[in-house]
Amino acid sequence: MILASAGAAFFIVPLIGLLLRTPWASAWHQLGSPEVLAALRLSLLASVSATSIAVILGVPLAWTFARLTFPGRAVIRALTVLPMVLPPVVGGVALLYAFGRRGLLGASLAAAFGIHLPFTTAGAIMAETFVAMPFLVITVEAGLRSMDTRFEDAARSLGANRWTVLWRVTLPLVRPSLVAGAVLCWARALGEFGATITFAGNLPGRTQTMPLAVYLALETNPDAAVVLSLVLLAVSLAVLIGLRDRWLGAS
Amino acid sequence: MPARLVAALIAIAAIGGACSLPEGPSPSRPSATITVFAASSLSAAYTTIGTDFEKTHPGVRVTFSFGGSSTLVAQIEQGAMGDVFASADQPNMQKLVDAGLTAETPRVFARNRLEIVVAAGNPKHISSLADLSHSGLVVVLCAPAVPCGRYAAQALQKAKVTVKPASQEADVKAVLSKVALGEADGGIVYATDVKAATGVQGVPIPAALNVVADYPITVLKDSPKAALARAFVDDVLADGQRTLARYGFTSP
Repeated sequence: MILASAGAAFFIVPLIGLLLRTPWASAWHQLGSPEVLAALRLSLLASVSATSIAVILGVPLAWTFARLTFPGRAVIRALTVLPMVLPPVVGGVALLYAFGRRGLLGASLAAAFGIHLPFTTAGAIMAETFVAMPFLVITVEAGLRSMDTRFEDAARSLGANRWTVLWRVTLPLVRPSLVAGAVLCWARALGEFGATITFAGNLPGRTQTMPLAVYLALETNPDAAVVLSLVLLAVSLAVLIGLRDRWLGAS
Repeated sequence: MPARLVAALIAIAAIGGACSLPEGPSPSRPSATITVFAASSLSAAYTTIGTDFEKTHPGVRVTFSFGGSSTLVAQIEQGAMGDVFASADQPNMQKLVDAGLTAETPRVFARNRLEIVVAAGNPKHISSLADLSHSGLVVVLCAPAVPCGRYAAQALQKAKVTVKPASQEADVKAVLSKVALGEADGGIVYATDVKAATGVQGVPIPAALNVVADYPITVLKDSPKAALARAFVDDVLADGQRTLARYGFTSP
Protein backbone atom coordinates (compact mmCIF):
# COMPACT_ATOMS: atom_id res chain seq x y z
CA MET A 1 0.00 0.00 0.00
CA ILE A 2 2.84 2.39 0.93
CA LEU A 3 4.71 1.61 -2.28
CA ALA A 4 1.54 2.02 -4.31
CA SER A 5 0.88 5.42 -2.72
CA ALA A 6 4.47 6.48 -3.40
CA GLY A 7 4.04 5.44 -7.01
CA ALA A 8 0.81 7.37 -7.37
CA ALA A 9 2.30 10.44 -5.67
CA PHE A 10 5.25 10.37 -8.03
CA PHE A 11 2.86 10.93 -10.90
CA ILE A 12 0.29 13.15 -9.25
CA VAL A 13 2.54 15.71 -7.52
CA PRO A 14 4.13 17.08 -10.74
CA LEU A 15 0.66 17.41 -12.27
CA ILE A 16 -0.55 19.36 -9.24
CA GLY A 17 2.54 21.55 -9.55
CA LEU A 18 1.60 22.27 -13.16
CA LEU A 19 -1.98 23.14 -12.22
CA LEU A 20 -0.85 25.48 -9.44
CA ARG A 21 1.50 27.36 -11.80
CA THR A 22 -1.08 27.90 -14.51
CA PRO A 23 -1.84 31.54 -15.20
CA TRP A 24 -5.59 30.95 -15.32
CA ALA A 25 -6.36 34.58 -16.04
CA SER A 26 -4.42 34.75 -19.30
CA ALA A 27 -4.81 31.06 -20.23
CA TRP A 28 -7.72 31.58 -22.58
CA HIS A 29 -5.88 34.36 -24.39
CA GLN A 30 -2.80 32.17 -24.80
CA LEU A 31 -4.88 29.36 -26.25
CA GLY A 32 -6.22 31.59 -28.99
CA SER A 33 -2.83 32.49 -30.44
CA PRO A 34 -2.18 31.14 -33.96
CA GLU A 35 1.03 29.33 -33.00
CA VAL A 36 -0.67 27.38 -30.24
CA LEU A 37 -3.58 26.40 -32.48
CA ALA A 38 -1.16 25.42 -35.26
CA ALA A 39 0.89 23.27 -32.87
CA LEU A 40 -2.23 21.60 -31.48
CA ARG A 41 -3.68 20.90 -34.92
CA LEU A 42 -0.33 19.53 -36.13
CA SER A 43 0.11 17.35 -33.06
CA LEU A 44 -3.34 15.81 -33.42
CA LEU A 45 -2.92 15.29 -37.17
CA ALA A 46 0.53 13.74 -36.80
CA SER A 47 -0.27 11.49 -33.84
CA VAL A 48 -3.50 10.15 -35.37
CA SER A 49 -1.74 9.57 -38.72
CA ALA A 50 1.15 7.84 -36.99
CA THR A 51 -1.26 5.60 -35.07
CA SER A 52 -3.16 4.74 -38.25
CA ILE A 53 0.06 3.76 -40.03
CA ALA A 54 1.11 1.80 -36.96
CA VAL A 55 -2.16 -0.14 -36.98
CA ILE A 56 -2.00 -0.87 -40.71
CA LEU A 57 1.59 -2.05 -40.57
CA GLY A 58 1.79 -3.21 -36.97
CA VAL A 59 -1.13 -5.62 -36.74
CA PRO A 60 0.15 -7.83 -39.60
CA LEU A 61 3.62 -7.62 -38.05
CA ALA A 62 2.27 -8.67 -34.65
CA TRP A 63 0.33 -11.49 -36.29
CA THR A 64 3.51 -12.67 -38.03
CA PHE A 65 5.46 -12.73 -34.78
CA ALA A 66 2.67 -14.43 -32.86
CA ARG A 67 1.57 -17.05 -35.36
CA LEU A 68 4.51 -17.88 -37.61
CA THR A 69 7.92 -19.38 -37.00
CA PHE A 70 10.77 -18.68 -39.36
CA PRO A 71 14.56 -18.45 -39.11
CA GLY A 72 15.72 -15.14 -37.66
CA ARG A 73 12.33 -14.34 -36.13
CA ALA A 74 13.87 -13.44 -32.77
CA VAL A 75 16.35 -11.04 -34.38
CA ILE A 76 13.79 -9.33 -36.58
CA ARG A 77 11.40 -9.01 -33.67
CA ALA A 78 14.15 -7.44 -31.55
CA LEU A 79 14.96 -4.98 -34.33
CA THR A 80 11.35 -3.87 -34.75
CA VAL A 81 11.03 -3.33 -31.01
CA LEU A 82 14.36 -1.46 -30.80
CA PRO A 83 12.85 2.05 -31.15
CA MET A 84 11.20 1.49 -27.79
CA VAL A 85 14.54 1.44 -25.99
CA LEU A 86 16.50 3.69 -28.32
CA PRO A 87 16.91 7.31 -27.18
CA PRO A 88 14.51 9.23 -29.44
CA VAL A 89 17.23 11.55 -30.75
CA VAL A 90 19.22 8.50 -31.84
CA GLY A 91 16.07 7.33 -33.62
CA GLY A 92 15.93 10.71 -35.35
CA VAL A 93 19.56 10.44 -36.46
CA ALA A 94 18.94 6.90 -37.73
CA LEU A 95 15.98 8.17 -39.75
CA LEU A 96 18.20 10.89 -41.22
CA TYR A 97 20.77 8.33 -42.29
CA ALA A 98 18.03 6.26 -43.89
CA PHE A 99 15.66 8.85 -45.34
CA GLY A 100 17.66 12.06 -45.31
CA ARG A 101 18.94 13.75 -48.46
CA ARG A 102 22.10 11.67 -48.41
CA GLY A 103 20.37 8.73 -46.80
CA LEU A 104 20.26 5.09 -47.83
CA LEU A 105 16.76 5.38 -49.30
CA GLY A 106 16.30 9.09 -49.05
CA ALA A 107 18.80 9.88 -51.77
CA SER A 108 17.01 7.61 -54.28
CA LEU A 109 13.58 8.85 -53.20
CA ALA A 110 14.66 12.43 -53.82
CA ALA A 111 16.33 11.68 -57.13
CA ALA A 112 13.65 9.40 -58.58
CA PHE A 113 10.41 10.82 -57.17
CA GLY A 114 11.37 14.21 -55.80
CA ILE A 115 10.21 13.10 -52.37
CA HIS A 116 11.89 14.92 -49.48
CA LEU A 117 11.07 13.75 -46.01
CA PRO A 118 13.16 15.78 -43.55
CA PHE A 119 11.65 19.14 -42.58
CA THR A 120 8.15 18.11 -43.69
CA THR A 121 4.95 17.18 -41.87
CA ALA A 122 5.29 13.72 -43.42
CA GLY A 123 8.71 13.54 -41.79
CA ALA A 124 7.20 14.40 -38.41
CA ILE A 125 4.61 11.65 -38.89
CA MET A 126 7.37 9.20 -39.82
CA ALA A 127 9.38 10.08 -36.74
CA GLU A 128 6.37 9.57 -34.50
CA THR A 129 5.47 6.28 -36.19
CA PHE A 130 9.03 5.04 -35.77
CA VAL A 131 9.07 5.53 -32.02
CA ALA A 132 5.46 4.64 -31.28
CA MET A 133 4.71 1.61 -33.47
CA PRO A 134 6.63 -0.88 -31.28
CA PHE A 135 4.16 -0.21 -28.47
CA LEU A 136 1.31 -1.34 -30.67
CA VAL A 137 3.17 -4.36 -32.03
CA ILE A 138 4.12 -5.60 -28.57
CA THR A 139 0.63 -5.19 -27.15
CA VAL A 140 -1.18 -6.82 -30.06
CA GLU A 141 1.33 -9.65 -30.21
CA ALA A 142 0.77 -10.37 -26.53
CA GLY A 143 -2.96 -10.38 -27.12
CA LEU A 144 -2.66 -12.76 -30.07
CA ARG A 145 -0.42 -15.10 -28.13
CA SER A 146 -2.73 -15.30 -25.16
CA MET A 147 -5.99 -15.74 -27.03
CA ASP A 148 -7.66 -19.09 -27.39
CA THR A 149 -6.88 -20.28 -30.94
CA ARG A 150 -9.56 -22.94 -30.81
CA PHE A 151 -12.10 -20.37 -31.97
CA GLU A 152 -10.02 -19.83 -35.10
CA ASP A 153 -9.76 -23.59 -35.65
CA ALA A 154 -13.51 -23.97 -35.16
CA ALA A 155 -14.25 -21.22 -37.67
CA ARG A 156 -11.92 -22.77 -40.22
CA SER A 157 -13.41 -26.20 -39.75
CA LEU A 158 -16.83 -24.67 -40.36
CA GLY A 159 -15.62 -23.53 -43.78
CA ALA A 160 -14.52 -19.92 -43.23
CA ASN A 161 -11.64 -18.73 -45.39
CA ARG A 162 -8.55 -16.99 -43.91
CA TRP A 163 -9.86 -13.46 -44.32
CA THR A 164 -13.19 -14.28 -42.70
CA VAL A 165 -11.39 -15.92 -39.79
CA LEU A 166 -9.20 -12.84 -39.41
CA TRP A 167 -11.97 -10.25 -39.58
CA ARG A 168 -14.80 -12.09 -37.83
CA VAL A 169 -12.93 -14.16 -35.23
CA THR A 170 -9.32 -13.12 -34.54
CA LEU A 171 -9.53 -9.35 -34.54
CA PRO A 172 -12.69 -9.13 -32.44
CA LEU A 173 -11.08 -11.45 -29.89
CA VAL A 174 -7.94 -9.29 -29.61
CA ARG A 175 -9.89 -6.01 -29.64
CA PRO A 176 -8.89 -5.04 -26.05
CA SER A 177 -5.19 -5.50 -26.91
CA LEU A 178 -5.65 -3.68 -30.19
CA VAL A 179 -7.34 -0.72 -28.54
CA ALA A 180 -4.81 -0.65 -25.69
CA GLY A 181 -1.94 -0.85 -28.18
CA ALA A 182 -3.40 1.91 -30.34
CA VAL A 183 -3.92 4.17 -27.32
CA LEU A 184 -0.37 3.59 -26.08
CA CYS A 185 0.96 4.19 -29.56
CA TRP A 186 -1.07 7.40 -29.94
CA ALA A 187 0.02 8.71 -26.54
CA ARG A 188 3.68 8.01 -27.31
CA ALA A 189 3.38 9.65 -30.73
CA LEU A 190 1.71 12.72 -29.22
CA GLY A 191 4.54 13.22 -26.78
CA GLU A 192 7.41 12.57 -29.17
CA PHE A 193 10.13 15.23 -29.17
CA GLY A 194 13.69 14.05 -29.87
CA ALA A 195 13.14 12.14 -33.10
CA THR A 196 10.81 14.83 -34.43
CA ILE A 197 13.13 17.77 -33.83
CA THR A 198 16.13 15.84 -35.22
CA PHE A 199 14.50 14.38 -38.34
CA ALA A 200 11.69 16.79 -39.15
CA GLY A 201 13.12 19.92 -37.57
CA ASN A 202 11.09 22.68 -36.00
CA LEU A 203 8.97 25.06 -38.04
CA PRO A 204 5.71 26.54 -36.77
CA GLY A 205 2.82 25.29 -38.85
CA ARG A 206 4.72 22.52 -40.57
CA THR A 207 6.70 20.49 -38.07
CA GLN A 208 6.37 22.25 -34.72
CA THR A 209 4.27 19.82 -32.73
CA MET A 210 3.09 20.59 -29.20
CA PRO A 211 6.11 19.15 -27.35
CA LEU A 212 8.46 21.25 -29.52
CA ALA A 213 6.29 24.31 -29.02
CA VAL A 214 6.35 23.79 -25.24
CA TYR A 215 10.14 23.38 -25.23
CA LEU A 216 10.74 26.60 -27.14
CA ALA A 217 7.99 28.54 -25.33
CA LEU A 218 9.64 27.67 -22.01
CA GLU A 219 12.48 30.01 -22.95
CA THR A 220 10.55 33.06 -24.05
CA ASN A 221 7.14 32.70 -22.48
CA PRO A 222 6.86 30.20 -19.61
CA ASP A 223 3.18 31.02 -19.12
CA ALA A 224 2.41 29.91 -22.67
CA ALA A 225 4.47 26.76 -22.08
CA VAL A 226 2.40 25.87 -19.01
CA VAL A 227 -0.88 26.49 -20.83
CA LEU A 228 0.27 24.39 -23.80
CA SER A 229 1.26 21.60 -21.44
CA LEU A 230 -2.15 21.71 -19.82
CA VAL A 231 -3.90 21.44 -23.18
CA LEU A 232 -1.83 18.36 -24.02
CA LEU A 233 -2.63 16.95 -20.60
CA ALA A 234 -6.35 17.58 -20.95
CA VAL A 235 -6.56 16.02 -24.43
CA SER A 236 -4.59 12.96 -23.31
CA LEU A 237 -6.64 12.54 -20.13
CA ALA A 238 -9.88 12.80 -22.06
CA VAL A 239 -8.87 10.02 -24.43
CA LEU A 240 -7.46 7.79 -21.70
CA ILE A 241 -10.51 8.15 -19.46
CA GLY A 242 -12.90 7.78 -22.37
CA LEU A 243 -11.33 4.54 -23.49
CA ARG A 244 -10.79 3.20 -19.99
CA ASP A 245 -13.63 0.70 -19.96
CA ARG A 246 -12.93 -0.68 -23.39
CA TRP A 247 -9.24 -0.84 -22.57
CA LEU A 248 -9.60 -2.80 -19.36
CA GLY A 249 -12.74 -4.75 -20.17
CA ALA A 250 -12.82 -8.07 -21.98
CA SER A 251 -14.64 -8.22 -25.32
CA MET B 1 5.69 -9.52 -5.44
CA PRO B 2 8.25 -11.49 -3.49
CA ALA B 3 9.53 -9.51 -0.51
CA ARG B 4 13.17 -10.08 -1.42
CA LEU B 5 12.68 -8.65 -4.90
CA VAL B 6 11.07 -5.55 -3.43
CA ALA B 7 13.91 -5.16 -0.95
CA ALA B 8 16.46 -5.50 -3.75
CA LEU B 9 14.71 -2.85 -5.87
CA ILE B 10 14.54 -0.43 -2.92
CA ALA B 11 18.25 -1.01 -2.26
CA ILE B 12 19.13 -0.27 -5.88
CA ALA B 13 17.05 2.90 -5.87
CA ALA B 14 18.64 4.04 -2.61
CA ILE B 15 22.16 3.42 -3.87
CA GLY B 16 21.38 5.28 -7.06
CA GLY B 17 20.09 8.22 -5.06
CA ALA B 18 23.05 8.19 -2.70
CA CYS B 19 25.51 8.21 -5.58
CA SER B 20 24.23 11.60 -6.66
CA LEU B 21 24.69 13.20 -3.23
CA PRO B 22 27.69 15.53 -2.89
CA GLU B 23 30.68 13.90 -1.26
CA GLY B 24 33.27 15.41 1.06
CA PRO B 25 36.85 16.07 -0.05
CA SER B 26 39.34 13.26 -0.18
CA PRO B 27 42.76 12.84 -1.79
CA SER B 28 41.32 11.34 -4.97
CA ARG B 29 38.28 13.62 -5.23
CA PRO B 30 38.24 17.34 -6.03
CA SER B 31 37.76 19.60 -3.05
CA ALA B 32 35.41 21.85 -4.94
CA THR B 33 33.37 21.68 -8.09
CA ILE B 34 31.97 24.67 -9.91
CA THR B 35 29.26 24.45 -12.54
CA VAL B 36 29.46 26.78 -15.51
CA PHE B 37 26.44 27.35 -17.74
CA ALA B 38 27.70 28.51 -21.12
CA ALA B 39 26.33 29.10 -24.61
CA SER B 40 26.92 26.17 -26.93
CA SER B 41 29.13 28.25 -29.22
CA LEU B 42 31.59 28.40 -26.30
CA SER B 43 31.79 24.63 -25.82
CA ALA B 44 35.21 24.01 -27.34
CA ALA B 45 36.91 27.15 -25.99
CA TYR B 46 35.48 26.84 -22.47
CA THR B 47 36.35 23.17 -22.18
CA THR B 48 39.98 24.15 -22.79
CA ILE B 49 39.75 27.08 -20.35
CA GLY B 50 38.24 24.72 -17.78
CA THR B 51 41.09 22.22 -18.15
CA ASP B 52 43.65 25.02 -17.76
CA PHE B 53 41.82 26.37 -14.70
CA GLU B 54 41.89 22.93 -13.10
CA LYS B 55 45.66 22.79 -13.66
CA THR B 56 46.22 26.17 -11.99
CA HIS B 57 43.79 25.38 -9.17
CA PRO B 58 44.56 21.84 -8.00
CA GLY B 59 41.64 20.13 -6.33
CA VAL B 60 39.06 22.09 -8.28
CA ARG B 61 36.81 20.54 -10.90
CA VAL B 62 34.92 22.56 -13.50
CA THR B 63 31.80 21.04 -14.99
CA PHE B 64 29.96 22.58 -17.91
CA SER B 65 26.39 22.71 -19.05
CA PHE B 66 26.33 23.90 -22.65
CA GLY B 67 23.15 24.86 -24.43
CA GLY B 68 21.24 27.60 -26.17
CA SER B 69 21.56 30.72 -23.99
CA SER B 70 17.79 31.13 -23.80
CA THR B 71 17.40 27.50 -22.64
CA LEU B 72 20.04 28.03 -19.93
CA VAL B 73 18.35 31.24 -18.75
CA ALA B 74 15.03 29.41 -18.48
CA GLN B 75 16.70 26.67 -16.43
CA ILE B 76 18.44 29.14 -14.10
CA GLU B 77 15.19 31.07 -13.63
CA GLN B 78 13.49 27.82 -12.66
CA GLY B 79 16.15 27.14 -10.03
CA ALA B 80 18.98 25.26 -11.73
CA MET B 81 22.04 25.34 -9.49
CA GLY B 82 25.14 26.87 -11.01
CA ASP B 83 28.04 29.17 -10.29
CA VAL B 84 28.82 30.99 -13.53
CA PHE B 85 26.79 31.93 -16.59
CA ALA B 86 28.26 32.95 -19.94
CA SER B 87 25.71 34.06 -22.50
CA ALA B 88 25.96 34.57 -26.26
CA ASP B 89 24.05 37.83 -26.10
CA GLN B 90 23.15 40.69 -23.77
CA PRO B 91 19.33 40.36 -23.79
CA ASN B 92 19.44 36.87 -22.31
CA MET B 93 21.93 38.00 -19.64
CA GLN B 94 19.69 40.99 -18.94
CA LYS B 95 16.79 38.62 -18.15
CA LEU B 96 18.84 37.19 -15.28
CA VAL B 97 19.91 40.66 -14.10
CA ASP B 98 16.29 41.80 -14.09
CA ALA B 99 15.28 38.70 -12.15
CA GLY B 100 17.96 39.47 -9.55
CA LEU B 101 19.80 36.20 -10.18
CA THR B 102 23.27 37.64 -10.80
CA ALA B 103 25.82 38.36 -8.07
CA GLU B 104 27.65 41.11 -9.93
CA THR B 105 27.45 43.26 -13.03
CA PRO B 106 28.04 41.11 -16.11
CA ARG B 107 31.19 41.82 -18.09
CA VAL B 108 31.71 41.24 -21.81
CA PHE B 109 34.58 38.80 -22.29
CA ALA B 110 34.52 38.08 -26.02
CA ARG B 111 33.00 39.02 -29.33
CA ASN B 112 31.88 36.84 -32.19
CA ARG B 113 30.65 37.37 -35.71
CA LEU B 114 28.21 35.55 -37.92
CA GLU B 115 29.12 33.44 -40.91
CA ILE B 116 27.11 31.47 -43.46
CA VAL B 117 27.89 27.77 -43.21
CA VAL B 118 27.63 25.48 -46.22
CA ALA B 119 28.67 21.95 -47.08
CA ALA B 120 32.33 21.36 -47.92
CA GLY B 121 32.95 22.38 -51.51
CA ASN B 122 29.93 24.74 -51.48
CA PRO B 123 27.98 22.65 -54.01
CA LYS B 124 25.11 25.13 -54.17
CA HIS B 125 27.46 28.08 -54.78
CA ILE B 126 26.12 30.23 -51.99
CA SER B 127 28.16 33.40 -51.80
CA SER B 128 26.01 35.91 -49.91
CA LEU B 129 23.03 36.33 -47.61
CA ALA B 130 20.89 37.11 -50.66
CA ASP B 131 21.68 33.67 -52.08
CA LEU B 132 20.06 32.09 -49.02
CA SER B 133 16.66 33.35 -50.13
CA HIS B 134 16.69 31.35 -53.37
CA SER B 135 13.75 28.92 -53.45
CA GLY B 136 14.86 25.35 -53.74
CA LEU B 137 17.58 25.82 -51.13
CA VAL B 138 17.09 24.18 -47.77
CA VAL B 139 18.20 26.71 -45.15
CA VAL B 140 18.12 26.23 -41.38
CA LEU B 141 18.42 28.99 -38.82
CA CYS B 142 18.43 29.19 -35.04
CA ALA B 143 15.06 29.75 -33.40
CA PRO B 144 14.30 33.47 -32.90
CA ALA B 145 14.65 33.24 -29.10
CA VAL B 146 18.17 31.82 -29.31
CA PRO B 147 20.95 34.46 -29.63
CA CYS B 148 22.25 33.27 -33.01
CA GLY B 149 18.67 33.38 -34.31
CA ARG B 150 18.29 36.94 -33.13
CA TYR B 151 21.62 37.99 -34.63
CA ALA B 152 20.80 36.22 -37.92
CA ALA B 153 17.49 38.07 -38.12
CA GLN B 154 19.35 41.36 -37.61
CA ALA B 155 21.87 40.55 -40.35
CA LEU B 156 19.14 39.47 -42.77
CA GLN B 157 17.23 42.64 -42.03
CA LYS B 158 20.33 44.74 -42.71
CA ALA B 159 20.76 42.92 -46.02
CA LYS B 160 17.03 43.29 -46.76
CA VAL B 161 16.80 39.57 -47.43
CA THR B 162 13.86 37.32 -46.49
CA VAL B 163 14.73 33.70 -45.83
CA LYS B 164 12.14 30.96 -45.35
CA PRO B 165 13.97 28.46 -43.13
CA ALA B 166 13.09 24.78 -43.28
CA SER B 167 13.64 24.55 -39.57
CA GLN B 168 14.34 26.74 -36.55
CA GLU B 169 16.82 24.86 -34.39
CA ALA B 170 17.11 25.14 -30.62
CA ASP B 171 20.83 25.93 -30.63
CA VAL B 172 23.59 26.86 -33.02
CA LYS B 173 25.29 23.46 -32.94
CA ALA B 174 22.07 21.86 -34.25
CA VAL B 175 22.16 24.20 -37.27
CA LEU B 176 25.79 23.25 -37.84
CA SER B 177 25.06 19.53 -37.67
CA LYS B 178 22.13 19.74 -40.10
CA VAL B 179 24.45 21.34 -42.67
CA ALA B 180 27.30 18.94 -41.86
CA LEU B 181 24.93 15.97 -42.29
CA GLY B 182 23.95 17.29 -45.70
CA GLU B 183 20.31 17.81 -44.74
CA ALA B 184 20.49 21.57 -45.21
CA ASP B 185 22.26 23.56 -47.91
CA GLY B 186 23.10 26.48 -45.68
CA GLY B 187 22.68 28.04 -42.29
CA ILE B 188 23.79 31.06 -40.32
CA VAL B 189 26.10 30.29 -37.41
CA TYR B 190 29.02 31.95 -35.63
CA ALA B 191 32.43 32.29 -37.28
CA THR B 192 33.89 30.28 -34.38
CA ASP B 193 31.56 27.36 -35.13
CA VAL B 194 32.69 27.16 -38.75
CA LYS B 195 36.31 27.27 -37.61
CA ALA B 196 35.78 24.39 -35.21
CA ALA B 197 33.72 22.13 -37.46
CA THR B 198 34.73 19.60 -40.10
CA GLY B 199 32.93 18.76 -43.29
CA VAL B 200 31.68 22.30 -43.73
CA GLN B 201 33.03 25.60 -44.93
CA GLY B 202 32.14 29.19 -44.26
CA VAL B 203 31.00 32.01 -46.51
CA PRO B 204 31.90 35.33 -44.90
CA ILE B 205 29.30 38.02 -44.38
CA PRO B 206 30.55 41.53 -45.18
CA ALA B 207 31.20 43.69 -42.11
CA ALA B 208 28.53 46.20 -43.12
CA LEU B 209 25.85 43.51 -42.90
CA ASN B 210 27.39 41.45 -40.13
CA VAL B 211 26.46 41.60 -36.48
CA VAL B 212 28.87 41.81 -33.57
CA ALA B 213 27.83 39.38 -30.86
CA ASP B 214 28.81 40.47 -27.35
CA TYR B 215 29.30 37.61 -24.90
CA PRO B 216 28.80 38.63 -21.24
CA ILE B 217 29.76 36.53 -18.22
CA THR B 218 28.76 36.73 -14.57
CA VAL B 219 28.71 34.91 -11.25
CA LEU B 220 25.26 33.63 -10.32
CA LYS B 221 23.68 34.95 -7.14
CA ASP B 222 23.03 31.62 -5.42
CA SER B 223 26.41 30.17 -6.29
CA PRO B 224 27.60 27.90 -3.47
CA LYS B 225 31.23 28.61 -4.41
CA ALA B 226 31.17 32.34 -5.07
CA ALA B 227 34.90 32.99 -4.51
CA LEU B 228 35.91 30.18 -6.85
CA ALA B 229 33.32 31.31 -9.39
CA ARG B 230 34.79 34.81 -9.34
CA ALA B 231 38.24 33.31 -9.84
CA PHE B 232 36.94 31.48 -12.92
CA VAL B 233 35.37 34.64 -14.32
CA ASP B 234 38.63 36.55 -13.73
CA ASP B 235 40.51 33.74 -15.47
CA VAL B 236 38.24 33.98 -18.51
CA LEU B 237 38.91 37.73 -18.65
CA ALA B 238 42.68 37.28 -18.29
CA ASP B 239 44.45 34.05 -19.36
CA GLY B 240 41.32 32.78 -21.06
CA GLN B 241 41.51 35.55 -23.65
CA ARG B 242 44.39 33.76 -25.42
CA THR B 243 42.38 30.56 -25.60
CA LEU B 244 39.33 32.40 -26.89
CA ALA B 245 41.40 34.09 -29.59
CA ARG B 246 42.73 30.69 -30.67
CA TYR B 247 39.18 29.52 -31.24
CA GLY B 248 38.31 32.54 -33.34
CA PHE B 249 36.69 34.91 -30.85
CA THR B 250 37.71 38.56 -30.85
CA SER B 251 38.47 40.55 -27.74
CA PRO B 252 35.88 42.94 -26.33
